[in-house]
Amino acid sequence: MPTYQIKVNGASKTVDVSEDTPVLWVLRDHLDLVGTKYGCGIGQCGACTIHLDGNAVRSCSLTLAQVDGKEITTIEGLSEDGSHPVQQAWKEVDVPQCGYCQAGQIMTASAFLENNPNPTEEEVKNAMHGNICRCASYTRIKKAVLTAAEQMD
Amino acid sequence: MSSNSTITFSRRAFMRTSSLAGGGMLIGFNLFQACKPKAAPPVDLSQLNYNDFNAFIKIADNGAVTIFSPNPEIGQGVKTAMPMIIAEELDVAWKDVYVEQGKLDTENYQRQVAGGSQSIRFGWDALRQTGATAKLMLVKAAAARWGVDAAECTVSEGVITNAAGETLGYGDVVNEAALLEVPEVEQVALKDPKDYKIMGKSAVNVDIDKITTGKPLFGLDYKAEGMVYAALVRPPAFGKKLVSYDDSEARKMPGVIDVVKIGEKVRALLAEDPGFGSKISSSDKIAVIAETTWQAFKAKEAIKAEWEDDTTVESTKDHDQILMGLLDGKEFNTLRSDGNIEKAFAQSDEILERTYESPFLPHNCLEPMNFYAAVTDEKVHLVGPIQTPAWKAGLVAKMLGRDEKDIHLEMTRMGGGFGRRLFGDFVIEAAEVADAIRKPVKVVFTREDDMGIGVYRPAIKYRIKAGIKDGKINAYHLKEAAINDGMYGLIPNFFPAGAIENYQVDSATYDSNITTGAWRAPYTNFLASAEQSFFDELAELMEVDKIQLRLDLLDKVDPDADERIQYSPERMKEVIKVAVEKSGWGTKPSNVYQGFVNYYCHNSHVAEVADVEIENGEPVVKKVTCVVDCGIIVNPTGAANQAEGGVIDGVGHAMYGDFTFDGGSGHAQNFDRYRLIRMREVPEVETHFIKNEYSPTGLGEPTLPPAGGAIANAFKAATGKRLYQQPFTKNPELLKVPEKEIIG
Repeated sequence: MPTYQIKVNGASKTVDVSEDTPVLWVLRDHLDLVGTKYGCGIGQCGACTIHLDGNAVRSCSLTLAQVDGKEITTIEGLSEDGSHPVQQAWKEVDVPQCGYCQAGQIMTASAFLENNPNPTEEEVKNAMHGNICRCASYTRIKKAVLTAAEQMD
Repeated sequence: MSSNSTITFSRRAFMRTSSLAGGGMLIGFNLFQACKPKAAPPVDLSQLNYNDFNAFIKIADNGAVTIFSPNPEIGQGVKTAMPMIIAEELDVAWKDVYVEQGKLDTENYQRQVAGGSQSIRFGWDALRQTGATAKLMLVKAAAARWGVDAAECTVSEGVITNAAGETLGYGDVVNEAALLEVPEVEQVALKDPKDYKIMGKSAVNVDIDKITTGKPLFGLDYKAEGMVYAALVRPPAFGKKLVSYDDSEARKMPGVIDVVKIGEKVRALLAEDPGFGSKISSSDKIAVIAETTWQAFKAKEAIKAEWEDDTTVESTKDHDQILMGLLDGKEFNTLRSDGNIEKAFAQSDEILERTYESPFLPHNCLEPMNFYAAVTDEKVHLVGPIQTPAWKAGLVAKMLGRDEKDIHLEMTRMGGGFGRRLFGDFVIEAAEVADAIRKPVKVVFTREDDMGIGVYRPAIKYRIKAGIKDGKINAYHLKEAAINDGMYGLIPNFFPAGAIENYQVDSATYDSNITTGAWRAPYTNFLASAEQSFFDELAELMEVDKIQLRLDLLDKVDPDADERIQYSPERMKEVIKVAVEKSGWGTKPSNVYQGFVNYYCHNSHVAEVADVEIENGEPVVKKVTCVVDCGIIVNPTGAANQAEGGVIDGVGHAMYGDFTFDGGSGHAQNFDRYRLIRMREVPEVETHFIKNEYSPTGLGEPTLPPAGGAIANAFKAATGKRLYQQPFTKNPELLKVPEKEIIG
């Protein structure tokens, strides 16, 4: 199996995996970074969202060749101690029910706010439309993104 | 009126204390069952045994309180709310309370009792009693030290004060308190709800930091030394069974350790104990064992399997005919019958009869089904997300021919439940695979396994008929035709049972080989929509106010006359009144179309009003006002989250949820062909809770069933068209606004 060098949360990692292995499973099974979740495997639900050079991407549909030379950030690396404004807003608004989708929601929201720090409510809804929350905590997700935007201002 | 519960406790049956070896006091207590007569809480924390008690409180000699909760979360918030109830009666500051999940990997952590959707309701008395008993023991210890009467002492946030103004903290007296006899129940005073300091104030989810930083919490995150992964090749359709397979390609693939056939043990178990999913496929399955999840998933695709028809492969179009045939027929199981409907209908001036149809629905928990199992000669170790652990541990013991005490089952936080994780087929599969390979293994469902060949809400059709005589409803007949199982328990006695003199509920079922099971708010999740749409239409036919029709019916109910009637007409009228007020019913501008529903289920009363507006020629649900009476609210933020989630889940599935079968196969395998509600489609939800001092009742489910009816009634107001079939998007023509309306 080929060897790959990837950069995850600021550290360089070496993994031996077959070339078709999605980044999602490299993170979860090889690097023990289980915060990134498996939901659908086809880029439809957003539970596996990570940042690639700061952009929100679906790690279930990403090969190692596609991340070559790029920086991966996972929920574990978004901040050292959970202090990122989006993580704090999620706590302030008490968003989660089961909590399974929330890492993906937070990664989508944090990349979005980086590019659009003063979004309208409509823009927030469009940005978060790709992430499924099966418990339907949507109204709180929207509120938390807007709360984080205020704090990042 | 502080408690309408009939549960009584014998202290000896549910509570024991011990003093801890390292200092402090340990209280073992039971929420749902009596403990063993001789059980005693351990003196060493590492020996916590949830088989003897299912919950523990530790009060340390520094005053810190730890609540060990063995009942993990499926997202309903009990891991936060249940300890809040204890802390309230114990009278400590919430910030001084730590909630700990029973540790993983301890030999002693065995079977727990899952609370289900009624955790708070059933736990209410036991949790308060436990907190208050511990508090009394601490006060007695302080009073003894001072040489005063315990009655003169007061407590606030873990500090005991006597009449002279001297103070002692819980930590100061805990070692003495631990040696006291547990006081009799009659001695223990519970707080007046007016004095609550913790309950009624919002507390953030206790797992919030782990969730927002991606710490391992869920079954899919669990890892053990030497663990391998298994993906299962399952029948491509219900009714098919495995004939043969070729695994030669799969075995050559990277990381593949083994390929084994399973099924024999499950079949033997089903022959012996059909109570567990007699509808579960009896086909063999092929387990592909690999070093990683992805390798197992990939190698699974390389298995060449041949299948043959075992039983009939079924299709939705056949089911539609069969269920309609049942409704047209005469073979029913009568679940409630008052008066004589036939006679009454014969005298009716007018009759309204309508048929309502609902599809199968997958649960689609976002965390796919999975379970860890390791089988050795010494024990069977099981870890993962399961709502019915004791039941599944017993079945595994039976299937593997093991002593029940060899089975060690631990629950993880669950990435959604919705009823799917009651079923536990995945626990049985994991145990069979682990027994075959004798390696620690985690069985992981792909999304396609989970959605495409799983467990479903059964497709159901209702036919409702009402007779009107002299401007009043003189007869009401509800008929149900369901796949596999029909409504159960007290559902046939929900509103409007008791309000109409001649009243009958009949049910007929068709035995299908498609696996069905409980789905959030079983049966009422569609029945509420059907009945409440029917009332709307009935009011139009009778030319009476829609809300007045319901209030008039409620006036006729005497709950004391019939013990099967458990809804309260008074509490129902109150939620209706508040919903009318808060939603601005009847006072909205002409571009807002409203739909009304009131409903009772899971012991709670709910009224909802949906507001629909026309955008680009189509009706859009803009807002739902939801009023809930579920008694005392323990944790307002958690309660509001449940209520909002239930409403949106109800709107989403009524609008989009559809699952059809053709030749035994589901039409969708993944979210590319299955639509769940997403952010842009979500209405604003305004939730109001009725403030009262009744004991808490269910909240995980009751706001879901009314939502479908509320939006159907609002759509009718907007488009003039009635919706009889879910999902409402199935026939887009019915959601079009007539041309003249748009111009006008």
